[in-house]
Amino acid sequence: MTIFDFFRPTRSAPVARDRLQILLQHERVSAGASDLIAVLREEILEVISRHVEIPAEKVQVKMQRDEAISTLEVEIELPNPIRRRAA
Amino acid sequence: MSQVLVVTSGKGGVGKTTSTAAIGAALAMNGSRVAVVDFDVGLRNLDLVMGAERRVVYDLINVVQGEAKLQQALIRDKRLETLYLLPASQTRDKDALTSEGVARVMDDLRESFDWIVCDSPAGIERGALLAMRHADVAVVVTNPEVSSVRDSDRIIGMLDAKTAKAERGEYMEKHLLLTRYDAARAERGQMLKVEDVLEILSIPLLGIIPESEAVLNASNVGCPVTLTAADSAPARAYIDAARRLEGDVIPMMIPADKRVGFMGKLFGRRAA
Ligand SMILES: Nc1ncnc2c1ncn2[C@@H]1O[C@H](COP(=O)(O)OP(=O)(O)O)[C@@H](O)[C@H]1O
Ligand SMILES: [Mg+2]
Repeated sequence: MTIFDFFRPTRSAPVARDRLQILLQHERVSAGASDLIAVLREEILEVISRHVEIPAEKVQVKMQRDEAISTLEVEIELPNPIRRRAA
Repeated sequence: MSQVLVVTSGKGGVGKTTSTAAIGAALAMNGSRVAVVDFDVGLRNLDLVMGAERRVVYDLINVVQGEAKLQQALIRDKRLETLYLLPASQTRDKDALTSEGVARVMDDLRESFDWIVCDSPAGIERGALLAMRHADVAVVVTNPEVSSVRDSDRIIGMLDAKTAKAERGEYMEKHLLLTRYDAARAERGQMLKVEDVLEILSIPLLGIIPESEAVLNASNVGCPVTLTAADSAPARAYIDAARRLEGDVIPMMIPADKRVGFMGKLFGRRAA
Protein backbone atom coordinates (compact mmCIF):
# COMPACT_ATOMS: atom_id res chain seq x y z
CA MET A 1 0.00 0.00 0.00
CA THR A 2 1.37 3.36 -0.95
CA ILE A 3 0.56 6.71 0.50
CA PHE A 4 -1.58 7.37 -2.59
CA ASP A 5 -3.89 4.44 -1.92
CA PHE A 6 -4.72 6.05 1.35
CA PHE A 7 -6.19 9.06 -0.41
CA ARG A 8 -7.88 7.06 -3.13
CA PRO A 9 -10.84 5.12 -1.78
CA THR A 10 -11.51 1.69 -3.30
CA ARG A 11 -14.13 1.85 -5.99
CA SER A 12 -16.15 -1.20 -4.99
CA ALA A 13 -19.36 -0.19 -6.74
CA PRO A 14 -18.38 -1.58 -10.17
CA VAL A 15 -17.74 -4.97 -8.54
CA ALA A 16 -21.17 -4.82 -6.91
CA ARG A 17 -22.81 -4.03 -10.24
CA ASP A 18 -21.11 -6.94 -12.04
CA ARG A 19 -21.93 -9.43 -9.30
CA LEU A 20 -25.56 -8.35 -9.27
CA GLN A 21 -25.90 -8.60 -13.03
CA ILE A 22 -24.63 -12.18 -13.06
CA LEU A 23 -26.63 -13.26 -10.01
CA LEU A 24 -29.92 -11.79 -11.16
CA GLN A 25 -29.63 -13.34 -14.60
CA HIS A 26 -29.57 -16.74 -12.86
CA GLU A 27 -32.30 -15.95 -10.36
CA ARG A 28 -34.68 -14.64 -13.02
CA VAL A 29 -34.29 -17.83 -15.03
CA SER A 30 -34.97 -20.08 -12.05
CA ALA A 31 -37.98 -18.04 -10.94
CA GLY A 32 -39.31 -18.37 -14.51
CA ALA A 33 -38.60 -22.11 -14.44
CA SER A 34 -40.59 -22.70 -11.25
CA ASP A 35 -43.54 -20.97 -12.91
CA LEU A 36 -43.01 -23.14 -15.98
CA ILE A 37 -43.11 -26.29 -13.86
CA ALA A 38 -46.35 -25.19 -12.19
CA VAL A 39 -47.96 -24.50 -15.58
CA LEU A 40 -46.80 -27.82 -17.04
CA ARG A 41 -48.07 -29.70 -14.02
CA GLU A 42 -51.51 -28.05 -14.26
CA GLU A 43 -51.85 -28.83 -17.94
CA ILE A 44 -50.57 -32.41 -17.70
CA LEU A 45 -53.04 -33.02 -14.89
CA GLU A 46 -55.82 -31.59 -17.01
CA VAL A 47 -55.04 -33.88 -19.95
CA ILE A 48 -54.82 -37.01 -17.78
CA SER A 49 -58.00 -36.11 -15.89
CA ARG A 50 -59.90 -35.96 -19.14
CA HIS A 51 -59.42 -39.72 -19.47
CA VAL A 52 -58.85 -41.18 -16.00
CA GLU A 53 -59.74 -40.14 -12.49
CA ILE A 54 -56.61 -39.00 -10.68
CA PRO A 55 -55.94 -37.04 -7.48
CA ALA A 56 -54.06 -33.81 -8.23
CA GLU A 57 -51.09 -34.66 -5.99
CA LYS A 58 -50.32 -37.78 -8.05
CA VAL A 59 -48.78 -35.72 -10.83
CA GLN A 60 -45.20 -34.71 -10.02
CA VAL A 61 -43.06 -32.56 -12.29
CA LYS A 62 -39.39 -31.92 -11.59
CA MET A 63 -36.73 -30.05 -13.48
CA GLN A 64 -33.12 -31.18 -13.31
CA ARG A 65 -30.73 -28.51 -14.49
CA ASP A 66 -27.37 -29.52 -15.92
CA GLU A 67 -24.77 -27.57 -17.81
CA ALA A 68 -25.66 -28.44 -21.38
CA ILE A 69 -29.26 -29.59 -21.04
CA SER A 70 -32.06 -29.69 -18.52
CA THR A 71 -34.33 -32.69 -18.12
CA LEU A 72 -37.95 -32.72 -17.14
CA GLU A 73 -39.09 -35.61 -14.99
CA VAL A 74 -42.82 -36.31 -15.00
CA GLU A 75 -44.17 -38.91 -12.63
CA ILE A 76 -47.83 -39.81 -12.79
CA GLU A 77 -49.22 -42.33 -10.37
CA LEU A 78 -52.52 -43.93 -11.38
CA PRO A 79 -54.42 -45.52 -8.49
CA ASN A 80 -55.50 -49.12 -9.14
CA PRO A 81 -57.93 -50.11 -10.41
CA ILE A 82 -57.66 -47.49 -13.12
CA ARG A 83 -61.00 -45.76 -13.46
CA ARG A 84 -61.56 -44.54 -16.96
CA ARG A 85 -63.86 -41.63 -17.47
CA ALA A 86 -66.77 -42.10 -19.80
CA ALA A 87 -65.88 -40.73 -23.21
CA MET B 1 -60.83 7.38 -10.51
CA SER B 2 -59.08 6.03 -7.46
CA GLN B 3 -55.65 4.44 -7.54
CA VAL B 4 -54.24 1.85 -5.16
CA LEU B 5 -50.49 2.26 -4.78
CA VAL B 6 -48.28 -0.24 -2.96
CA VAL B 7 -44.94 0.81 -1.46
CA THR B 8 -42.85 -2.33 -1.39
CA SER B 9 -39.24 -3.59 -1.40
CA GLY B 10 -38.64 -7.09 -0.12
CA LYS B 11 -35.89 -5.90 2.19
CA GLY B 12 -36.66 -4.18 5.50
CA GLY B 13 -35.31 -0.85 6.68
CA VAL B 14 -34.95 0.66 3.21
CA GLY B 15 -37.52 3.44 3.70
CA LYS B 16 -40.97 2.04 2.81
CA THR B 17 -42.78 3.49 5.80
CA THR B 18 -40.97 6.82 5.51
CA SER B 19 -41.87 6.95 1.80
CA THR B 20 -45.51 5.97 2.36
CA ALA B 21 -45.96 8.83 4.83
CA ALA B 22 -44.04 11.36 2.72
CA ILE B 23 -45.73 10.51 -0.58
CA GLY B 24 -49.17 10.17 1.04
CA ALA B 25 -48.83 13.64 2.57
CA ALA B 26 -47.46 15.12 -0.66
CA LEU B 27 -50.43 13.76 -2.64
CA ALA B 28 -52.83 15.16 -0.02
CA MET B 29 -51.10 18.55 -0.16
CA ASN B 30 -52.05 18.67 -3.84
CA GLY B 31 -55.70 18.32 -2.81
CA SER B 32 -56.24 14.60 -3.40
CA ARG B 33 -58.10 12.55 -0.83
CA VAL B 34 -55.54 10.07 0.46
CA ALA B 35 -55.63 7.04 2.77
CA VAL B 36 -52.33 5.54 3.89
CA VAL B 37 -52.78 1.93 4.98
CA ASP B 38 -50.36 0.05 7.22
CA PHE B 39 -50.08 -3.62 6.21
CA ASP B 40 -47.21 -4.34 8.60
CA VAL B 41 -49.30 -6.32 11.07
CA GLY B 42 -47.50 -6.85 14.38
CA LEU B 43 -44.80 -4.29 13.56
CA ARG B 44 -46.88 -1.24 12.84
CA ASN B 45 -44.92 1.98 12.50
CA LEU B 46 -46.82 4.15 10.08
CA ASP B 47 -48.90 5.51 12.99
CA LEU B 48 -45.69 6.67 14.69
CA VAL B 49 -44.19 8.24 11.58
CA MET B 50 -47.52 10.04 10.99
CA GLY B 51 -47.73 11.11 14.66
CA ALA B 52 -51.08 9.37 15.22
CA GLU B 53 -49.99 6.60 17.59
CA ARG B 54 -52.13 7.85 20.45
CA ARG B 55 -55.27 8.09 18.36
CA VAL B 56 -55.43 4.46 17.22
CA VAL B 57 -58.66 2.82 18.35
CA TYR B 58 -59.48 0.29 15.63
CA ASP B 59 -57.20 -1.13 12.96
CA LEU B 60 -57.16 -2.86 9.59
CA ILE B 61 -57.75 -6.30 11.10
CA ASN B 62 -60.78 -5.10 13.05
CA VAL B 63 -62.24 -3.82 9.79
CA VAL B 64 -61.33 -6.95 7.83
CA GLN B 65 -62.95 -9.10 10.51
CA GLY B 66 -66.04 -6.94 10.65
CA GLU B 67 -65.43 -5.83 14.26
CA ALA B 68 -65.33 -2.16 13.30
CA LYS B 69 -66.56 -0.03 10.43
CA LEU B 70 -64.01 1.48 8.09
CA GLN B 71 -65.07 4.99 9.16
CA GLN B 72 -64.38 4.11 12.80
CA ALA B 73 -60.86 2.90 12.06
CA LEU B 74 -59.74 5.71 9.76
CA ILE B 75 -57.77 8.42 11.57
CA ARG B 76 -57.89 11.88 10.05
CA ASP B 77 -54.59 13.74 9.96
CA LYS B 78 -54.40 16.80 12.24
CA ARG B 79 -52.53 18.87 9.67
CA LEU B 80 -54.07 17.91 6.33
CA GLU B 81 -57.78 17.40 6.18
CA THR B 82 -57.72 15.15 3.11
CA LEU B 83 -55.17 12.74 4.63
CA TYR B 84 -56.26 9.64 6.56
CA LEU B 85 -54.48 6.70 8.18
CA LEU B 86 -55.73 3.13 8.47
CA PRO B 87 -53.40 1.62 11.07
CA ALA B 88 -52.23 -1.99 11.37
CA SER B 89 -52.84 -4.10 14.42
CA GLN B 90 -49.94 -4.33 16.84
CA THR B 91 -51.15 -7.39 18.71
CA ARG B 92 -53.14 -9.57 16.37
CA ASP B 93 -51.81 -12.39 14.28
CA LYS B 94 -51.21 -11.50 10.66
CA ASP B 95 -53.15 -14.59 9.56
CA ALA B 96 -56.26 -12.69 10.65
CA LEU B 97 -55.92 -10.76 7.38
CA THR B 98 -57.95 -12.74 4.88
CA SER B 99 -57.62 -12.23 1.19
CA GLU B 100 -61.37 -11.63 0.71
CA GLY B 101 -61.47 -9.27 3.69
CA VAL B 102 -58.63 -7.18 2.31
CA ALA B 103 -60.31 -7.08 -1.10
CA ARG B 104 -63.50 -5.75 0.49
CA VAL B 105 -61.67 -3.05 2.48
CA MET B 106 -59.81 -1.95 -0.65
CA ASP B 107 -63.09 -1.68 -2.58
CA ASP B 108 -64.61 0.39 0.23
CA LEU B 109 -61.56 2.67 0.34
CA ARG B 110 -61.81 3.21 -3.41
CA GLU B 111 -65.28 4.68 -2.88
CA SER B 112 -63.98 7.54 -0.73
CA PHE B 113 -60.38 8.19 -1.74
CA ASP B 114 -58.38 9.24 -4.79
CA TRP B 115 -55.22 7.51 -3.57
CA ILE B 116 -54.86 4.49 -1.31
CA VAL B 117 -51.19 4.10 -0.39
CA CYS B 118 -50.33 0.69 1.09
CA ASP B 119 -47.22 0.38 3.27
CA SER B 120 -45.96 -3.19 2.74
CA PRO B 121 -44.22 -5.29 5.37
CA ALA B 122 -40.74 -6.56 4.54
CA GLY B 123 -40.30 -10.03 3.08
CA ILE B 124 -41.88 -11.88 0.19
CA GLU B 125 -44.47 -13.80 2.19
CA ARG B 126 -48.19 -13.53 2.69
CA GLY B 127 -48.18 -10.07 4.27
CA ALA B 128 -46.23 -8.52 1.40
CA LEU B 129 -48.40 -10.36 -1.13
CA LEU B 130 -51.61 -9.10 0.48
CA ALA B 131 -50.29 -5.53 0.47
CA MET B 132 -49.54 -5.66 -3.28
CA ARG B 133 -52.53 -7.81 -4.23
CA HIS B 134 -54.98 -5.06 -5.24
CA ALA B 135 -52.51 -2.43 -6.38
CA ASP B 136 -52.86 -0.53 -9.64
CA VAL B 137 -49.35 0.87 -9.37
CA ALA B 138 -46.26 -0.05 -7.35
CA VAL B 139 -43.41 1.98 -5.93
CA VAL B 140 -40.38 -0.25 -5.43
CA VAL B 141 -38.18 1.26 -2.71
CA THR B 142 -34.52 0.39 -3.19
CA ASN B 143 -31.26 1.43 -1.56
CA PRO B 144 -28.18 1.56 -3.80
CA GLU B 145 -26.74 -1.55 -2.23
CA VAL B 146 -26.49 -5.19 -3.41
CA SER B 147 -28.94 -6.96 -1.11
CA SER B 148 -31.61 -4.30 -1.53
CA VAL B 149 -31.32 -4.43 -5.34
CA ARG B 150 -31.54 -8.21 -5.33
CA ASP B 151 -34.66 -8.18 -3.14
CA SER B 152 -36.25 -5.51 -5.31
CA ASP B 153 -35.70 -7.74 -8.32
CA ARG B 154 -37.61 -10.52 -6.57
CA ILE B 155 -40.44 -8.15 -5.67
CA ILE B 156 -40.67 -6.90 -9.27
CA GLY B 157 -41.10 -10.52 -10.38
CA MET B 158 -43.90 -10.98 -7.85
CA LEU B 159 -45.64 -7.76 -8.88
CA ASP B 160 -45.71 -9.12 -12.42
CA ALA B 161 -47.04 -12.54 -11.37
CA LYS B 162 -48.98 -12.47 -8.11
CA THR B 163 -51.10 -9.32 -8.18
CA ALA B 164 -54.76 -9.28 -9.16
CA LYS B 165 -53.85 -7.02 -12.08
CA ALA B 166 -51.19 -9.43 -13.33
CA GLU B 167 -53.59 -12.35 -13.02
CA ARG B 168 -56.11 -10.48 -15.17
CA GLY B 169 -53.36 -10.27 -17.78
CA GLU B 170 -52.93 -6.52 -17.34
CA TYR B 171 -49.62 -4.71 -17.11
CA MET B 172 -48.53 -3.76 -13.60
CA GLU B 173 -47.13 -0.25 -13.52
CA LYS B 174 -43.92 -0.13 -11.45
CA HIS B 175 -41.67 2.76 -10.42
CA LEU B 176 -38.28 2.77 -8.79
CA LEU B 177 -37.73 5.01 -5.77
CA LEU B 178 -34.05 5.09 -4.89
CA THR B 179 -33.76 6.06 -1.24
CA ARG B 180 -30.98 6.78 1.26
CA TYR B 181 -28.82 7.91 -1.63
CA ASP B 182 -25.45 9.27 -0.52
CA ALA B 183 -24.02 11.48 -3.26
CA ALA B 184 -20.54 11.66 -1.75
CA ARG B 185 -20.20 7.89 -1.59
CA ALA B 186 -21.62 7.47 -5.08
CA GLU B 187 -19.05 9.90 -6.45
CA ARG B 188 -16.25 8.03 -4.72
CA GLY B 189 -17.42 4.83 -6.42
CA GLN B 190 -18.37 3.18 -3.15
CA MET B 191 -22.07 2.96 -3.81
CA LEU B 192 -24.01 1.70 -6.83
CA LYS B 193 -24.75 4.51 -9.23
CA VAL B 194 -28.27 5.51 -10.22
CA GLU B 195 -27.61 4.29 -13.77
CA ASP B 196 -26.40 0.91 -12.47
CA VAL B 197 -29.53 0.30 -10.42
CA LEU B 198 -31.77 1.46 -13.28
CA GLU B 199 -30.01 -0.77 -15.76
CA ILE B 200 -30.21 -3.81 -13.49
CA LEU B 201 -33.84 -3.43 -12.43
CA SER B 202 -35.05 -1.78 -15.67
CA ILE B 203 -38.14 -0.06 -14.34
CA PRO B 204 -38.66 3.71 -14.67
CA LEU B 205 -37.24 6.04 -12.03
CA LEU B 206 -39.73 7.90 -9.83
CA GLY B 207 -37.23 9.74 -7.68
CA ILE B 208 -33.96 9.76 -5.78
CA ILE B 209 -34.23 10.51 -2.07
CA PRO B 210 -30.95 11.57 -0.48
CA GLU B 211 -29.81 10.26 2.88
CA SER B 212 -30.74 13.11 5.19
CA GLU B 213 -31.10 14.13 8.81
CA ALA B 214 -34.39 15.78 7.90
CA VAL B 215 -35.92 12.29 7.57
CA LEU B 216 -34.81 11.28 11.05
CA ASN B 217 -36.03 14.56 12.53
CA ALA B 218 -39.38 14.09 10.82
CA SER B 219 -39.86 10.62 12.29
CA ASN B 220 -38.73 11.88 15.71
CA VAL B 221 -41.52 14.44 15.77
CA GLY B 222 -44.08 12.20 14.05
CA CYS B 223 -44.71 14.23 10.93
CA PRO B 224 -44.11 13.25 7.27
CA VAL B 225 -40.93 14.96 6.05
CA THR B 226 -42.90 16.56 3.21
CA LEU B 227 -44.95 18.47 5.81
CA THR B 228 -42.44 19.21 8.53
CA ALA B 229 -39.47 20.17 6.34
CA ALA B 230 -41.02 20.83 2.93
CA ASP B 231 -37.91 22.71 1.75
CA SER B 232 -35.43 19.97 2.63
CA ALA B 233 -33.81 17.95 -0.15
CA PRO B 234 -35.61 14.68 0.68
CA ALA B 235 -38.99 16.44 0.94
CA ARG B 236 -38.53 18.14 -2.42
CA ALA B 237 -37.60 14.80 -3.98
CA TYR B 238 -40.72 13.18 -2.46
CA ILE B 239 -42.95 16.06 -3.60
CA ASP B 240 -41.62 15.71 -7.16
CA ALA B 241 -42.15 11.94 -6.98
CA ALA B 242 -45.78 12.45 -5.93
CA ARG B 243 -46.33 14.85 -8.83
CA ARG B 244 -44.87 12.30 -11.25
CA LEU B 245 -47.33 9.73 -9.91
CA GLU B 246 -50.08 12.20 -10.76
CA GLY B 247 -48.77 12.35 -14.30
CA ASP B 248 -46.69 15.53 -14.24
CA VAL B 249 -43.43 15.53 -16.17
CA ILE B 250 -40.66 17.02 -14.06
CA PRO B 251 -36.93 16.86 -14.79
CA MET B 252 -35.09 14.42 -12.54
CA MET B 253 -32.30 15.75 -10.34
CA ILE B 254 -29.51 13.51 -9.14
CA PRO B 255 -28.44 14.76 -5.72
CA ALA B 256 -24.88 16.05 -5.98
CA ASP B 257 -22.17 15.92 -3.35
CA LYS B 258 -22.21 19.24 -1.52
CA ARG B 259 -18.45 19.23 -1.64
CA VAL B 260 -18.10 19.03 -5.41
CA GLY B 261 -18.26 22.77 -5.62
CA PHE B 262 -20.35 25.75 -6.39
CA MET B 263 -21.79 24.68 -9.75
CA GLY B 264 -22.66 21.19 -8.58
CA LYS B 265 -24.37 22.65 -5.56
CA LEU B 266 -26.39 25.10 -7.56
CA PHE B 267 -27.62 22.90 -10.32
CA GLY B 268 -27.29 19.34 -9.14
CA ARG B 269 -26.94 17.02 -12.07
CA ARG B 270 -29.60 16.06 -14.53
CA ALA B 271 -30.27 12.39 -14.90
CA ALA B 272 -29.23 11.00 -18.26
N1 LIG C 1 -33.63 9.30 3.18
C1 LIG C 1 -33.33 8.89 4.44
N2 LIG C 1 -32.34 9.51 5.14
C2 LIG C 1 -32.05 9.10 6.40
N3 LIG C 1 -32.67 8.13 7.05
C3 LIG C 1 -33.66 7.48 6.41
C4 LIG C 1 -34.04 7.82 5.07
N4 LIG C 1 -35.06 7.00 4.70
C5 LIG C 1 -35.30 6.18 5.75
N5 LIG C 1 -34.47 6.47 6.78
C6 LIG C 1 -34.43 5.80 8.09
O1 LIG C 1 -34.23 4.42 7.89
C7 LIG C 1 -34.94 3.66 8.87
C8 LIG C 1 -35.86 2.68 8.17
O2 LIG C 1 -36.86 3.38 7.45
P1 LIG C 1 -38.33 2.83 7.30
O3 LIG C 1 -39.09 3.83 6.49
O4 LIG C 1 -38.91 2.45 8.60
O5 LIG C 1 -38.04 1.53 6.41
P2 LIG C 1 -38.97 0.26 6.09
O6 LIG C 1 -40.39 0.68 6.28
O7 LIG C 1 -38.64 -0.07 4.67
O8 LIG C 1 -38.55 -0.83 7.03
C9 LIG C 1 -35.69 4.66 9.73
O9 LIG C 1 -34.95 4.90 10.89
C10 LIG C 1 -35.74 5.91 8.84
O10 LIG C 1 -35.82 7.07 9.61
MG1 LIG D 1 -41.90 -0.22 7.50
